[in-house]
Amino acid sequence: MTTQARVARLGPPLVIFLLVVVLWEVLIRALNVPRFILPAPTAIGSAFVNTYGAVLDSATYTLRNALLGFALGCGAGILVAIATSRWTTVREGLLPIAIAVNSIPIIAFAPLTNNWFGSNNPLSKVAIVVLITFFPTMINTVRGLTLVEPAKLELMRSYAVSEFTVLAKVRIPNALPYTFNAFKVCSSLSLIGAIVAEYFGGPRKSLGVYILQEAQLFRFDNAWAAIVIASLLGIAFYLVVITIERRVIPWHASIES
Amino acid sequence: MTPVVSLTNVNKIFSGGGRPQTVALKDINLCVEPREFISLIGPSGCGKSTLLRVIGDLVTVSSGEVLVNGKSAHEARIKREYGMVFQSPVLFEWRTVLHNVELPLEIMGVPKAERTRRAREMLKLVELHGFERHYPWQLSGGMQQRVAIARALAFSPKLLLMDEPFGALDELTRERMNAELLRIWQETQTTVIFVTHSIPEAVFLSTRVVVMSARPGRITEIVPIDLPYPRNVETRESPRFFELVTHVREALRRGEEMGA
Repeated sequence: MTTQARVARLGPPLVIFLLVVVLWEVLIRALNVPRFILPAPTAIGSAFVNTYGAVLDSATYTLRNALLGFALGCGAGILVAIATSRWTTVREGLLPIAIAVNSIPIIAFAPLTNNWFGSNNPLSKVAIVVLITFFPTMINTVRGLTLVEPAKLELMRSYAVSEFTVLAKVRIPNALPYTFNAFKVCSSLSLIGAIVAEYFGGPRKSLGVYILQEAQLFRFDNAWAAIVIASLLGIAFYLVVITIERRVIPWHASIES
Repeated sequence: MTPVVSLTNVNKIFSGGGRPQTVALKDINLCVEPREFISLIGPSGCGKSTLLRVIGDLVTVSSGEVLVNGKSAHEARIKREYGMVFQSPVLFEWRTVLHNVELPLEIMGVPKAERTRRAREMLKLVELHGFERHYPWQLSGGMQQRVAIARALAFSPKLLLMDEPFGALDELTRERMNAELLRIWQETQTTVIFVTHSIPEAVFLSTRVVVMSARPGRITEIVPIDLPYPRNVETRESPRFFELVTHVREALRRGEEMGA
């Protein structure tokens, strides 16, 4: 992409974003909105400058749980999908259950995982993230492994190859776009899971506990600063996933367009 | 000389799934000699695609004998003695044009340098050199189908099975592809079995046209095509071409009346 094209694509959203921030600032000041409802962007900015040490420490802890949970949950989802792709009966028994479990608000289990592992143990948060990311990854990957154009399988049969070769040369490449779609969803789900699980109890230096505490102490600017950091982490995580996606599946039409 | 394909009293009955039995193929006898170009033509449901798949051991017969190069169809498939081209190009989106053509060679364990050389040669044969690094979606339908032909020919099979490969193309592209396929057939000295429901296509390409009819799927007539080579645009406009087209059309109509 040329620099000009980049500017043309990034320009409009950037301008709109800045306009919204300015409007936000102006409205808060003009209407005298109380801080506990919504602080002005400048207030949030100065709160971050005053507290960034504590915020970043908390963010590091929470991000680590989210990333570890993402890696384990997505990894397990892929492995289970590949393992069951060969056995139609197992897969067809498992898939409806997985889809059902996937529609449960898994975050509701957070108090329980806190009991299992102890609320100060990072595992209690990682477990929630694993549960949240496992099912979308598994369901999508199974779809990608099985929704193969029948003629491709017939072609491979004409080459008289093993099931393993079909998996390696057809099913797995076919599944990659589906799996990456799951990764994109899971990147934000993993942060939501990690932070919300901390609301039910966790160490002092974690984003969830920090936001809860500052809000309870009426330090709304600080709470907002932490929320902004959480949002930036979510956006950054998503961007990392799509950057990797571009490298791994450059052939996918959705990437070119 | 052993025939490339020999079918003796082949029957195929599809049953099960609570549906009534369908006789897809009934008493098929056919012998295809080396270097022939055979077209299978008939109305939909006459079993021509099934017959092609029987030869390729992608469908097993209910009774009868299927020999490919003197071996059972199963053994011939295991030994990879035929190349297959489908109605859709069936290219792998994640592979470049070159790597798509290399696929069968890769599966057969041909060393990297050799398979690249061979794939480039095939792409030249189908006049697609310069497109090696393109992805399939960057090519037109006709070009994609040429890649599929290059892939089927990459490992020099003696037999090429083609299932309505040009069915999705517009008329002019189809005629151009026909001419190209004839040239490739002559250059590579392969035997081709070609499923189509276009009468002019069958007459233009074939040494013999096998006319089939439906319910039950059977061969009603085999029409030898004596058009001289090289066949080109003039061939399509010659009186003999029209005579043969009319002959095949009448054979198809007779088959339909027999079934009705």
